[in-house]
Amino acid sequence: MAATIDQIFVIFANWVGGFFPAAWHAAVVDVLGVIGIVSVFPALFALTTVLERKGLGRMQNRLGPNRVGPAGFLQPVADGIKSLTKEDVVPFTANGIMHFLAPLVLVVTVFMGFAVLPVGRHMQLVDMDAGLLFFFAMGAATELSVFMAGWSSHNKYSILGAMRAIAQMISYEVPMLLSAVAVVMIVGSLSLPDIVSMQDQYSGVWPHWFIFTPWGFAAFLIFAIAATSESNRSPFDLPEGESEIVAGYHTEYSGFKFALFFLGEYLAMFALSGLGVTLFLGGWAAPFSFLSFIPSWIWFFAKVMLSIAVFIWLRGTFPRLRQDQLMNFAWKFVLPMALLDLVVTGIWRFLGPGWQQWVVCSLILIAAYVVMGRTAFAVKHFGPRRYRYAE
Amino acid sequence: MSGVFYFISAVTVAGALAAVLLRNTIHCALALAVAFAGLALLFLSLDAQFVGFVQILVYIGAVVILVVFAILLTRDSEAPNQGVYSRTWLAGLVITAAVFAFLAWAVLASLPGLPRRAVAPAASVQDIGNALMTRYVLPLEIIAVLLTAATIGAVIVAMHEKARSK
Repeated sequence: MAATIDQIFVIFANWVGGFFPAAWHAAVVDVLGVIGIVSVFPALFALTTVLERKGLGRMQNRLGPNRVGPAGFLQPVADGIKSLTKEDVVPFTANGIMHFLAPLVLVVTVFMGFAVLPVGRHMQLVDMDAGLLFFFAMGAATELSVFMAGWSSHNKYSILGAMRAIAQMISYEVPMLLSAVAVVMIVGSLSLPDIVSMQDQYSGVWPHWFIFTPWGFAAFLIFAIAATSESNRSPFDLPEGESEIVAGYHTEYSGFKFALFFLGEYLAMFALSGLGVTLFLGGWAAPFSFLSFIPSWIWFFAKVMLSIAVFIWLRGTFPRLRQDQLMNFAWKFVLPMALLDLVVTGIWRFLGPGWQQWVVCSLILIAAYVVMGRTAFAVKHFGPRRYRYAE
Repeated sequence: MSGVFYFISAVTVAGALAAVLLRNTIHCALALAVAFAGLALLFLSLDAQFVGFVQILVYIGAVVILVVFAILLTRDSEAPNQGVYSRTWLAGLVITAAVFAFLAWAVLASLPGLPRRAVAPAASVQDIGNALMTRYVLPLEIIAVLLTAATIGAVIVAMHEKARSK
């Protein structure tokens, strides 16, 4: 029974496919998978906007949306109607075609990343040999859409926002790829289902997730930092720093095109959360062996929503970084740590199972973290704040 | 199969031509991205997943972005009034034709030497990784050294600029 519920969507897709000629079967199953992706994740996006606004409201000691529907949960419907009925303003000097294409390119490339994510046991649209590479390739293509939006708007704030966004995305893409490479080194495969099935094992009741190893923990932290930055979330939301550059690269977008940018950003956040869950948090695997009777897709979405909650929490907590701090942090701290973590992963791989690998790998990582932190803090002189011009 | 090939080839060639012929440099850079995407699709239609995705990741994700950055940082991105054709276009044409002829000759000459196989050889990503790390590790390391040298060179150039402006 549990196995049936676990595979219920796969069984349903094959059942529907059975109504078609055998030659169409695979195509029908694929189309059903695509329909699943383009309906579930936008629905999750609608839910997340409400949760985010209510959560931020609580953190800022106010109520948040509570007028539309029960407890404000129909707010996204009102938002959708509003963005559909608003006038679609295109600046007179804008480059029309590129201005139109930019949000489409963003949403399409972001959606394509979901094709390789295993959202449950046997539940990924395409089982690719190079799935991880495909995901990152699609992520890299979104950068181009951000540039297209910023440049085609013919607005200085848009261009500044786009330049900031691209510089930030390129800088943090490197540590992100390196942290994923650590996982690939251990699994020996770029296929995401392989990565999950390697973590779907238990010692007693405890799972073999990669986050519970020294190298995996370090790689997860690096990945989380880089993913926050890649999805332009606070504290890395400089590309749309409202107090400086209005709204960044989508300043000149209104109506439904703006909604598409909004959707693209949240979908990218879901995709990166899903990838982080797949790489380090066991994907669709249950956290304890005695909880395996709960369907795998529930675990995947529970983990993704947990990571979304952390994103919202971070946004409500941290102030925004400055551009130079952002770049220094990426190139002088995160990147060296990611490279060191690669070396540590190699050591872990070749020391073989035993207590030695735990001690050696943990010691190297902790020592490097402490030394780098101490030296970085030594050059900064913290003291009472001095106001240069106010006094 | 051949229909797909001709369609992708047409898109790729059109993108490449647009990259050369368009007047606005930003449009050229984006047309180049289209050409790169077409090349990636060609690789994918040949079942070369690794090369295809790396083509997207490196060329669209990094090279085009770099080109675009260079254009935005160095000069006004407005379209120039007069044409942007080089005066030495004839020499360029001759060199291009010569290089193309040489490459085409090399490819065509190597065709008979290939073993005829009924099924296409399947090269998984793992095979490519194994080959890169064992048999071809020396070329890989040489490329790594070359890229490191280029990075250091870029940093030195940037530092020199800074020192001079003081």
